Amino acid sequence: MTRRLMTRRAALTGLVASPMILSGCDRLGQSPSFRNIVLSSGEWLSYRMHRLFGANAMAREYTEAEMSPDFRTNGSTRPQSAEYQRHLANGFATWSLKVSGLVEEPQAIPLADLRAMPSRTQITRHDCVEGWSAIGKWTGVPLGAVLDRVMLKPEARYIVFRCADALGLSPYYESIDLVDAFHPQTILAYGMNGSDLSQGHGAPIRLRVERQLGYKHAKFIMEIEAVDSLSDIGLGRGGYWEDTGFYEWYAGI
Amino acid sequence: MTTLDAETRNPKGGDLVKRHRLSTRLWHWINAAMFFILLMSGLMIFNAHPRLYWGEYGANLDPAWLQIGVDDQQAGYLRIGDARIGTDGVLGRWEDADGQLRNRAFPYWATLPSNYNLALARRWHLTFAWVFAVGIFVYLVWSLLNRHVGRDLLPRRDEMRPSHILADLRDHMRLKLPRGIEAARYNILQKLAYLSVALVLIPGMVLTGLTMSPQMDASWPWLLDLFGGRQSARSLHFIFAFLLVLFVIVHLVMVLIAGPFNEIRSMITGWFRLPKERSK
Repeated sequence: MTRRLMTRRAALTGLVASPMILSGCDRLGQSPSFRNIVLSSGEWLSYRMHRLFGANAMAREYTEAEMSPDFRTNGSTRPQSAEYQRHLANGFATWSLKVSGLVEEPQAIPLADLRAMPSRTQITRHDCVEGWSAIGKWTGVPLGAVLDRVMLKPEARYIVFRCADALGLSPYYESIDLVDAFHPQTILAYGMNGSDLSQGHGAPIRLRVERQLGYKHAKFIMEIEAVDSLSDIGLGRGGYWEDTGFYEWYAGI
Repeated sequence: MTTLDAETRNPKGGDLVKRHRLSTRLWHWINAAMFFILLMSGLMIFNAHPRLYWGEYGANLDPAWLQIGVDDQQAGYLRIGDARIGTDGVLGRWEDADGQLRNRAFPYWATLPSNYNLALARRWHLTFAWVFAVGIFVYLVWSLLNRHVGRDLLPRRDEMRPSHILADLRDHMRLKLPRGIEAARYNILQKLAYLSVALVLIPGMVLTGLTMSPQMDASWPWLLDLFGGRQSARSLHFIFAFLLVLFVIVHLVMVLIAGPFNEIRSMITGWFRLPKERSK
């Protein structure tokens, strides 16, 4: 009989204790050192494994019949800056893409010149970090070709994208490594679903980095910078959401 | 008190027998922790987009087969296909710990972290998913090598007779659990339950999870073909998780019925006391 009671008590203790353990998890998650050391190890492992075994893998390309009937917009859809609005009003005729940083020949490349370069068209799936997916057709110039044009210096390790839109206080920014930058499906897209890229989807150009989640696909790109480290970019984590929301810099999973 | 190895001697009710190997015990408790971390952080990730689809694509403008939301009357609901269930207070709209009403799918007490934070939930999920995935892989390989699968888990032919399965089902329904030497082995319903968890549900969780990774879809495009697209994989990930929750509930109820002290001891120390035979 006493044994019975004891086991029942043990079971009850377990039931009462489990929420306490879980609220302990909640508190652990708020500790910066636990977040930065333990909870970042998944991203660290995934990034290294993906680079080790799948660096050259190509994202699946779909047929026209498999495209989403409606491709929703997301994030900022109307950059407010006066400069952007001016460019939008005259069809980006005087707009040019600044390419700077660790390159031999910094340039400002007009949109017409980007369009005149060899292009790539791909029908790919866009996966948002929130969980939804949409399939669309993108046309643009391979980022690798743009980087070859300005001649990357050997010490460059990351490509940073600076955008016209502002969420909160700072303009949007993102960054990728050189494996993704020179991947054949990584393009600066100026066309979508057979038309010019719309404002809502990031006109005049947006990044397509097909093996990562949506927040890496910077829209409204104004400037590209080659750097050797991300520590001086924003708060040092390499992107707007990485700095403000603790999202992973590597978003391949 | 006599302690015996069930395989070398003939133990009877009341004897202590070695029941669970160290590998099984370790994997069990790691999984028990992973189950709660991954389930609760997974529910938080679901809260970021509480709709499920079939096929490759699926977003707000596409039809969802499952949705948790708030209707025009500000009441929470769960919709599966055309069936709509009012879930106000639990799913869709609920009161948080501070008495604040929130319009989110799963409530704060079911998610990790408890306050909406997709980035942090992803950190929990995608870090401990490594432990979970490596765990099932190592355990299955190890259990094949030490013949745990072949000896203890694979049903014998005579156990698979429908009459035997039905009889075992009937015994379970009447809570008539095996005693004496019979209790030293898994019964057929246990075997089938453990096999479906270890060979189907857990590997299914890992593979459907990998299918949601755009880089993994590039590396292993067969994942997309296996599950019929990324959004189908996301739906199956949710369904497999739901089935695992059902398994865990039944599992815990059975532990309580079979005697929690003896059962939990056997999963910690490996030693299990065979229940005494019924007196004739």
